[in-house]
Amino acid sequence: MDNGNKSVVIRNLVKKFGDFTAVDNISFEVAKGEIFGFLGANGAGKTTAMRILCGLSRPSSGEGTVAGYSINREQEKIKRHIGYMSQKFSLYPDLKVFENIELFGGIYGLTDKQIAKKTDDMLKALSMEKARDMFVRDMPLGWKQKLAFSIAMVHDPQIVFLDEPTGGVDPVTRRNFWEMIYKAASDGVTVFVTTHYMDEAEYCDRVSVMVDGRIEAIGSPASLKEQYGASDMDGVFTKIAGRAERE
Amino acid sequence: MQEELAIRVEGICKSYKDTKALQDISLDIRNGEIFGLIGPDGAGKTSLFRILTTLTLPDEGHAEVNGNDVVSDYEAIRRTIGYMPGHFALYQDLSVAENLDFYATVFGTTVEANYDTIKEIYSQIEMFRDRKAKNLSGGMKQKLALCCALVHKPDVLFLDEPTTGVDAVSRKEFWTMLARIKASGVTIFVSTPYMDEAGLCDRIALIHEGKIIDRGTPAEIVSRYPDRLYSVRGDNMFRILNVLRPIDGVLRCSSFGCECHVAVPQDGPDATLLLAALENAGLHGCSVEETEPGIEDCFIRLS
Repeated sequence: MDNGNKSVVIRNLVKKFGDFTAVDNISFEVAKGEIFGFLGANGAGKTTAMRILCGLSRPSSGEGTVAGYSINREQEKIKRHIGYMSQKFSLYPDLKVFENIELFGGIYGLTDKQIAKKTDDMLKALSMEKARDMFVRDMPLGWKQKLAFSIAMVHDPQIVFLDEPTGGVDPVTRRNFWEMIYKAASDGVTVFVTTHYMDEAEYCDRVSVMVDGRIEAIGSPASLKEQYGASDMDGVFTKIAGRAERE
Repeated sequence: MQEELAIRVEGICKSYKDTKALQDISLDIRNGEIFGLIGPDGAGKTSLFRILTTLTLPDEGHAEVNGNDVVSDYEAIRRTIGYMPGHFALYQDLSVAENLDFYATVFGTTVEANYDTIKEIYSQIEMFRDRKAKNLSGGMKQKLALCCALVHKPDVLFLDEPTTGVDAVSRKEFWTMLARIKASGVTIFVSTPYMDEAGLCDRIALIHEGKIIDRGTPAEIVSRYPDRLYSVRGDNMFRILNVLRPIDGVLRCSSFGCECHVAVPQDGPDATLLLAALENAGLHGCSVEETEPGIEDCFIRLS
């Protein structure tokens, strides 16, 4: 497959567990530098699909590449070349800030010299130079989140997966985080993000909505709003996901 | 007056080591209302819930539920409340019916005796009565947990973040269920990090870093918003934010879905000025209109 300007290319992806089809023949592409919102109701198959895209699970059938590597044959390469962050797990609270950077840098195979430079650059960009020796558990949530996002990109991945990165986060921190996402995307990083906040769906370049294992709708927020005659993405989501047959 | 209150909280403080989880919290929750405690993770919501459900002792202050003190009368409180913690307290290896039976028995009653209370919700999961709780979907687990919290006909229902991590459609369904439970006479004290759920409560309190930053009906809180608010629309939200934020007199500038909300003092910059600034920065075709604040605007101002 020639995927020159695509970070994700998925064709006819299916994942079955026994006789249950969690992901039912989905196909889509994500361009480099795009902010792609991966939406769907609980149980629609988002997590299953995302695990395959991250190289953690093999599809039952279907083909595709993530960051240029096959989801069937090059899972280890995918893991090395993507970034991942979730609200639930990201940093080690009992390690200091610089130790977290060192740990993840090491896991991704950076040299000591590269890690030292990354640490300086990252803390400077985040205005956190003074927090270098702070335990992550003592940091305010907003800082933790920004640090987690930066560390997810410590190895300069082409694409970063964000799994509900803002769940439960206060309105100001949530917005600051999206400004970081936007900055990363404008620097050319592809951002693949899931969220239950429909206002955040509006910030994506394109979104897909999964229902019962299928991609029921895909497009820019503006085009989906027009297509479904809704004034906002909450209206679009309610119209599409409201038709779900399984929970 | 006193009898009208389902929950009375006076000067509650709670610290964990150096962290002040709750600072001088006072609240009145009336009988029969849905009262929402609204704030992000770490604001202190669960700490207050644990004190009111008699699972943690406050450091200072006191609180009553149904006229019973949370410290000295904790046994009486436990009999008359229902509590659904953030992580559902279901027994994973028991079936739907067994979980429900268990909770009824603990409270010295039977499912049959109180079937009317849970009928409406239980009927939606009754077809899975023999399925183990661990094999239920998130939505069904939530319904079962709600039935378990209601099976002894409590006077007050405590729901700690029942909709966190739940999709937008299922959240709406859940609130429809709450409205029906309220109609049956149960007082509901519910916490949520979703600001858009504020409008579904009779009264709310906004909580941030262990302090109540405002309280009242959603309409009262919104009516206290002192600033003028503009809604700006355009193609490039993040450039719009960066252009408007440094303008003299702009107090706050935040994205709100496909709009950007710009707060200015009543005598601050007007729509014409904002639009001109956007034009000057090369952002053409934007619109600027005055708009009404929502609860999230209020929270951003106060936090």
